[in-house]
Amino acid sequence: MSYTTQIIRERGRYGPYGGRYVPETLMAPLEELERVYTEASADPRFQAELDSLLENFAGRPTPLQLASRLTEHLGGARIYLKREDLLHTGAHKINNALGQGLLALRMGKKRVIAETGAGQHGVATATVAARLGLACTVYMGTEDMERQRLNVNRMRLLGAEVVGVNAGSRTLKDAINEAMRDWVTNVRDSHYLLGSVLGAHPYPQMVRDFQKVIGAEARVQILHAERRLPDYLFACVGGGSNAIGLFYAFLNDATVKMVGVEAGGRGKSLGEHAARLGASGGYSGARPGVLQGTYTYVLQTTDGQIATTHSVSAGLDYAGVGPEHSWLSDQRRAEYTAVSDDDAIQAARTLARTEGIIPALESAHAVAELIRRAPHMEKDEVVILNLSGRGDKDMETLSRYV
Amino acid sequence: MSEAVPASPDPSAASSRPAKGRIAQTFARLAEKGELGLVAYVTAGDPSLDGSEKIVLAIAEAGADVIELGVPFSDPVADGPTIQRASERALRHGTSLADVIDLVSRLRRQTDVPLVLFSYFNPILQMGIERFADAAASAGADGVLVTDLTPEEAAEYRQILHARGLDTIFLAAPTSTDARLAQIAACTSGFLYLISRTGVTGARDTFPEDLPALARRARQFTKVPLAVGFGISQPSHVSVLGGIADAAVVGSALVAEIEKAPDADSAASAVFERVRILKRAAREGISRRSSDPAH
Repeated sequence: MSYTTQIIRERGRYGPYGGRYVPETLMAPLEELERVYTEASADPRFQAELDSLLENFAGRPTPLQLASRLTEHLGGARIYLKREDLLHTGAHKINNALGQGLLALRMGKKRVIAETGAGQHGVATATVAARLGLACTVYMGTEDMERQRLNVNRMRLLGAEVVGVNAGSRTLKDAINEAMRDWVTNVRDSHYLLGSVLGAHPYPQMVRDFQKVIGAEARVQILHAERRLPDYLFACVGGGSNAIGLFYAFLNDATVKMVGVEAGGRGKSLGEHAARLGASGGYSGARPGVLQGTYTYVLQTTDGQIATTHSVSAGLDYAGVGPEHSWLSDQRRAEYTAVSDDDAIQAARTLARTEGIIPALESAHAVAELIRRAPHMEKDEVVILNLSGRGDKDMETLSRYV
Repeated sequence: MSEAVPASPDPSAASSRPAKGRIAQTFARLAEKGELGLVAYVTAGDPSLDGSEKIVLAIAEAGADVIELGVPFSDPVADGPTIQRASERALRHGTSLADVIDLVSRLRRQTDVPLVLFSYFNPILQMGIERFADAAASAGADGVLVTDLTPEEAAEYRQILHARGLDTIFLAAPTSTDARLAQIAACTSGFLYLISRTGVTGARDTFPEDLPALARRARQFTKVPLAVGFGISQPSHVSVLGGIADAAVVGSALVAEIEKAPDADSAASAVFERVRILKRAAREGISRRSSDPAH
């Protein structure tokens, strides 16, 4: 049985995970979104329009670059970087924003709402809204606005309204709450352009489908470059859209091992990290639960209150994880691990100095895990790392460590 | 969590209704009198559990027909700022679902007013649906309403709660299609909670124009009482509802009184006064049922 038929036991479920847990007001809009998305997926004109925007506006396909100096520096496996950081707006987020932007038009919506953590999804949404002529409101925790000021200014320059959210830990989770409240209020004329493989069905599936182009390209590119499949895939996991985007095309390739890297933050106790799938590494507080529309591993108290999280990287600083990752983790089809703030910062330096690439702090987590493992791999092993975003937005944080 | 498969293969078990409980008796009594009901919401643990006990007893004494106890949650996506702040206050001193159930049993020794637990799904899921239902039923709760649980995900939940005589109250919204209304009507028991407008909870000045049409649409699918909530704060809102629904739900307006009050005793008297005025408007408003020969 192939992976795909094995996991989609019913619509919107990945094993026991996923589903649709939202206030009734949002149910009919989610049903409409699912219907329109299903129709659009089967419509060659929709796909052609999206492909054209991906190619001519966003800059696809992205290169699969042999990182020869990093490979040499680590002395193990041959390392390839999937350069999503080269896309317009600086991260893989634009792939999904373009897809959902076109769906919003197809549904006749005049406005898009988005949440953002690191600001990359907010910038991608603001960019797509400008390109497609949609009004745009982005919710962002005030803690994140502080550490990603550059992206706040970019969104405003693009014409988006950026609304600071002061609740909870003032990060991504709180921004999603506020975006959902806006959507529940303005549901008739607004589309919620959710940025990761989170939330109620059909979001986890739809966002994955808009991101799976990453792995589809990488698979062709590696077969061309190496004449064989890779041994390992590495990607960071916040919600997990860049990771599932890379993994998906390889899920049925049994020899390809997958490593998702979460934020280990500054400690293993609850509140100090964002390692939802990292219990085996000693990170505490994650259990399956319902958060923001989906059933998945969630960092929470024993009473079922959602915990605060910490990561130096705003894009990984979230209490839940995409439900498909929960299932891949339970099935051991992918392995999940976590690296600390300090190791991620150090990895960003190493990549900058060996390859001339400053990675986003999110992507730097994947780089850090690779740096830990590559020296122990054989020289003829092949690794693909998804370099999901560039580090311009993180210069303030990074410069504190230079 | 299991795959929401009812433990019993008998389909009638999942749709069976609890024996006529306090909620049904209350609405039957209101219908006899031709009187509009008043459902009052407060967040449990705000300002404290002892404070909530006083406040709920005051609300009952002031004439509320059903009282909803909100279980505080860290991420209340369906709630506006007033109830969000109440949740934060309650969580700051650690109010848990178990505490709220304990509050129900304390209240049940002092009042017969129907009590409904109003929660997000995750705290219930973490306690375990069966353990929750056992505890809630033996504490003397009458029904449960879960904001982020719709019929699609609720088969197991309904079966477990009904088996313990608890009503499962579901929400219907202005965006609900006829197909959804039919499904919701088939799952709700006790009453149907009709959301008056798209949006989060919170007091508003005006009343949505399309509410009567929504109520008529919902009425086609069910005979259970209709309670209308979201945005109801004024006596005039309540009297308007008379011809449209069986009960009005007031929440944020009461929570705002509690927030303003310097202590639990003054909160209890402020809320008592507010509920008394609203209930008077409800008594003067004519219930839909009194003009409906079908009842």
